[in-house]
Parts: sequence; C-alpha cells; structure tokens
Amino acid sequence: MSNISRGRDWDRRGVLRAMGGVAALGGLAACGSNTGRSGGGGKSIKQMYHAYGEQGTQQAAKKFADAYGKAKVTIEWVPGEYESKLATTLLGSGAPDVFEYHPDLQLVRSRQIVPLDDIIADVKDDFLPEDITANSVDGKIYGIRMIDDPQFFFYRKSLFEKAGVKPPATFDELIDAAHKLTSGKVKGLYIGQNLKTISKPLVWSTGPHYLDADHRIAYHTDNLVETLTKARELYKSKSLLLGAPTEVWDPASFLQGLCAIQWCGIWAIPAIQKAFGDDFGIFPFPKSGAEGRQVVYNGGWSTYVSAKAKDVDAAKEFVKWLWIDQKKYQQEWALDYGFHIPARKSIAAGADKLKSGVAAEAVELFNTHGVFDDPYWTEGMFNILLDAVVNSVRDNKNPEAELDSADKKIERALKKLG
Amino acid sequence: MATTTPTHSAAKGRAPRGAAPARRRPRGLGGSRGRTLNFWLFTGPFLIGLIVFVYVPIGWSLWLSLHNAQGTVTPTEFVGLGNYADMLGDGDFVDSLVNFTIFAAIIVPITYALSLTLALLVHRIRFMKAFFRSVFFLPTACSFVVASLVWKMSLFNGLRYGMMNTVLGWFGIDSVAWLASPHPPWYWLVICSARLWLQCGFYMILFLAALQNIPRELYEAAAVDGAKSGWQTFRHITLPQLRATSVAVVLLLLIAAYQAFDEFYNILDEGRATWGRPPLVDLYLQALGANQDYGHASAGALILALLIALVTLAQGRFLGFGRGDEK
Repeated sequence: MSNISRGRDWDRRGVLRAMGGVAALGGLAACGSNTGRSGGGGKSIKQMYHAYGEQGTQQAAKKFADAYGKAKVTIEWVPGEYESKLATTLLGSGAPDVFEYHPDLQLVRSRQIVPLDDIIADVKDDFLPEDITANSVDGKIYGIRMIDDPQFFFYRKSLFEKAGVKPPATFDELIDAAHKLTSGKVKGLYIGQNLKTISKPLVWSTGPHYLDADHRIAYHTDNLVETLTKARELYKSKSLLLGAPTEVWDPASFLQGLCAIQWCGIWAIPAIQKAFGDDFGIFPFPKSGAEGRQVVYNGGWSTYVSAKAKDVDAAKEFVKWLWIDQKKYQQEWALDYGFHIPARKSIAAGADKLKSGVAAEAVELFNTHGVFDDPYWTEGMFNILLDAVVNSVRDNKNPEAELDSADKKIERALKKLG
Repeated sequence: MATTTPTHSAAKGRAPRGAAPARRRPRGLGGSRGRTLNFWLFTGPFLIGLIVFVYVPIGWSLWLSLHNAQGTVTPTEFVGLGNYADMLGDGDFVDSLVNFTIFAAIIVPITYALSLTLALLVHRIRFMKAFFRSVFFLPTACSFVVASLVWKMSLFNGLRYGMMNTVLGWFGIDSVAWLASPHPPWYWLVICSARLWLQCGFYMILFLAALQNIPRELYEAAAVDGAKSGWQTFRHITLPQLRATSVAVVLLLLIAAYQAFDEFYNILDEGRATWGRPPLVDLYLQALGANQDYGHASAGALILALLIALVTLAQGRFLGFGRGDEK
C-alpha cells in the first residue's frame, strides 16, 4: 500500500468521520433552529388558539373563520403547552397572523406584535379600563381582550358543614380548613401539581403586585417569605391533594370527590353545577398576613396581530371584524361553551347566564377582588419567580435565598427590556 | 491493473494480502472521473443534508451565542462571551449538568448490567428464544413520550388508584405522590424505570449479536483446561470477548443520557419541576419556551456540545473505542 494511497484513503474517511462526529454532537446539543419566514401571497389568514377544554369551541372558532368573507382564515388549534409553542412558532415560517395570548412586554420589545389602537379606538370605552391597561405598553394598545376568566376556589358546601368549616378569609384559615376537611380518601385542598396557576394569587395575596408603578420589583416582602414558608408546611402535610393527573384548570379532581376545595375558574361552573347542583360555592384566594388582600386572578385571553403577518392590514381587519364588530359571535364564544365574562361591557350587561347563582357571585368577585396581568411582567420573569416558588414550596429550599436569586435574574431582564 | 493514477494505486493497495490477482470488474462508469462521480453521487445527498440541517444551525448557534438574541434569531447586538459567562454562572444550567451526571451514573451501569443479563438469559434459553428476544426488544419501538405519560398517569399516578399505589395499598401502605416533591427522590425511580424499560431491549440485541459471535471453541478449550462453567467462564471468556461491544454500549448509553429530554420533560410537569432538569430541558426552557432567549440557550448548547466532545474523546482514550480494527 503506497503512502499516497493510504494518505488519500484516510483523508476521505477522516473527513467524513469527523463531519459525522460533529453532526452527532450538533444533534446532541440540540442546536437546530428554524430560520425565518417564507413569503406568501393572497388574502389568507392563519389564526392560532390554545385548545379550549369546553366542547364545541373548536367548531365555533372554525365557524367564525368560515364566516369571514374578505380572506380565507385557517384555524390552528394547539393542545398542550400553548405559550411555549406560540413563542417558538412566532419566529418561524409557520407563524400565525392572528393569535391569542396574554399581555407581554417581550412581544412588544421584540417587535412581534403591532399596535391595534386604530381598530379599537371607537369602542375603547366598551372595554374594562383594566383590560385596556393590561394590553397597553408605552401608551399603545397591542391586544384586544376576548374574554375574562376569573379564577377562585371552589368548595363543597356539604363537606364544609360536616367539618364545621367556614369559607376561609385568611391563608392561615385556609391551611386550617385543609387539615379539617381531610378525611379518609378526600383531601382538603387541591392547588395544582406544578404551582404554575396558584403562584399568581399566592404572591398577590401578600399585598403587592409583581412590579410597582415604576416597573421595579415589588413582590419581595417579608410577608411573601413567611407565606412561602407556610405554604411549604401545607405542602408537606397530608392535607393537600398531590399527584392528580390534571392541573387545576381542569375541575376533574373536584368533580371526582378527591378534594373538598380546588382552585379553578369561571369556565368550570356549568360542569360543577351539573355534578353537584347547589352543593358548591366559591371564595377568593384568602389574604395572607396583615398587609395581604383577597385575590381573584382575572385571567383570560386577548387577541394579537403578528408583526410578521403576510398582510398586517388584512389581519387587523379580520380581528376588528371578529372581536369588535361581531358581537353575536363574541357572546357565543363567552357564554355558549362554558362560562367566561364577555370582555365588552355592552355584551356582559346582557349576559343573563351570569346574573344568577354562583356565576353571579363569580362576576361579583371579579369586580371586587380581581387582579389583572401586568404587561411589563413578562412570561420569562414569571417563570423565574415560579422557579423560586417551586423551590421554596416543593423542594424545601430557603424562600429568602430563592427570592434573592430570582430578584437578580428579574432585574437583569427588566434592564434588558427597558 | 494497468493504470498510473493514484486513485487506482489506492484501489490496488487495498487488495487483500495474498489474494489472487484481481479480476477486472465491469464498471458502469470507468476511470477516476467515474469513481469521483460515484463518490459524490453517494455522499452528496448526505453532505447536503449535513450542511443544511447540522452545520448551518451550528454556525447559526455560534453566532447567536455571541449576541443578545432575545425574541429574535437575527440579532444585531454583539455581547461577546457574555452569554457564556452568564450560563456558566447560572445556577440552573450548572445544576442541570449535575443532574445529568447523577442520571448517567445511575442509568448507564444499570442499563448495561440489565441488558447484558437479558442477553445472557435469552442466549442460553433453549426454547422460545425468538419470542423472548422479540418481547424484550418491543419496548424500543415505543415512543418515549407515550411511555412517559403511561408511567406518569397510570403506573406512578400519585392518587390511590395508580398502579403502584394500588399494590402498596394491598400491604396497607399509604399512597405515595411519586412526583410531587424531591424529598424523598422517588422521581428517579419513575424516570429510571421508564428509561430501562424503553432501552434495555435495544442494548440486549447488541449484546446478543456479540455473544453469538464468540467462537464455541473458546468455551470448549476452557472446559478442557478445567475452567468451571458459570462465573469463571463468564469472567474470563465471555466478558473479554464482549469488550468492543461493551465499550460501544457504554458510549451509546452516555450519549443517550446526554440526550435525555422526553421523559424528564413529560414526567416532571413539562420541565416545571426545578429539581429534575437535564441540560436539554434547561436549554429548551431558555430558548423554546416563552423566554425566547436564543443567545443564552445557544451558548449553553455549545458548552454542552463541547462537554460531550470532551467526554467522548476521554472515553475513547481510556477504553480504546475505535482502535479495535487497527490492532
């Protein structure tokens, strides 16, 4: 074998082997990325929804889309982790033109959404001022509220009576009630497995919102540290339902009688009413500490137009048609498939289904104890603070140290976003 | 072969020693140009795929890692090595590397031992060999996501009607919320058992193939020399004969452990359980979650790639992977 031939042989093999090796490393490190957006023409609009749990919602969304005459609207119905999928999709070629989401400064600073002041201007006063504020950044309105979804605790009246417990008004009373209501196979309280949903009212029940009016950290108080310590004790006790297969957005655990109290939202009222009749009630997240407050989280969804939409004006026109002009569809969306509070005051005023029973109580709680999202508090910041809450409550770490660590990361994020 | 081109010299040089003079083989495309064309024809598609789907993204990741790339994949603000410094100073990412180390330390030896045991049993069995081989291999065909959900929602469901809790109930033991908290760390039992079920069959097949290649004469010679069957034969004949396969299996297992994502993500609350995040889950949350921080995540991905390269090189050096053919 000549040196030349050996050299050539190894060169070729060596090159391929090395390339294959680096390729494997690349795959291992998951460095892949979607690389942009291909152009497209024609009046077609892609609209993205998270998968609503109520039966009939997907068909209704499609019906609304089909009814629009000025463009062909296609619906993408996303089950599972909607926020993550949307965030990723927004950068790629499959980005939706119109999508539902929560107010988030990150989307504005990244220029991923466009202001909608021009289409909402005429009906701005028909929305709750808090819903307008929650969708505004630097004086511009970026989202149009579709529905308001207040969240609170559901409880079984009969179990409360049997245990001699009243709806708790403080966090200590809630913990006490959880202990008293735990018996046999029924746990006292269900606040979810991953704490993602409950972390908001847990923090707000100590008094401040996440940020103050100047967009500086406000959540980190001694009261929050103490509340997290108490929450850890509750988590360790046998009074909390742990290991349920679905999170608190699903009332299944409450309906199956696995717990006496569960955090959920207004949308679950019809299903719970059907199962328990009048044997249930609701109460807000109780206040924690002397500076605390009772909290109802005003969740919900708003609609946005992507800055990368194939035709931004056409997308805005569709949003105006569906979420501003078509009051009939808005009413159907809010009230015909589970309960939601219509975002428009004029529609909410005529919502008879929300005027009696527990639904009326829910609207009352929404008006008296409701706390809205802050657009300057991004999903990224939320996840950082959630990690601190999870570490403190589920992993028994020091809440003060966890909050200090979260502060640093969130301050960095705030500085970055300006 | 009457030719003076180096390519043909190479072909001639590769002929087996002592072989009869090579017969001229018919070729569709003759000469060096034909060979070159064939080379590119066969490797071309692979190379194009490699460049488009691997090298461009790696290059892009490198570029992103040097920029402030939050919410964009075409950043403009250069930050130098800042993202790398942040990631190495970030407790979460470093913790995830520690998590991986613990995971690898548990899963690699257990999978190795279990796969080898299964292979030995199936190799020695005298009846229904094909049946058992298929039964143990079948889980490999199952999706990690599906298996994770079955493990989470059925076998290790924290409620009283979960399968494991039902079994515990028979003995009067209280239900265990397997995944609720890391104290005690039951989640390792859930994750490791899922992974073992999923991948043991595959490595069993590798060992089985290697076992079938060990010449029977070796065992016969050992028996003649007085070696006892069982542990002595296994220790001094079977195991040394499996050396090449063992090294490959350990390497593959280590790489698979580095790749761990599906079961951690799906079993541990979509990555929300802070104590069980391997590197890829942490990077996923950085980049592909709502955070959209492609700069930091790319820096983390490249640090991880470098680590894998170092571990692979070190393993190659200590265990001699890839040197077997040259000896």
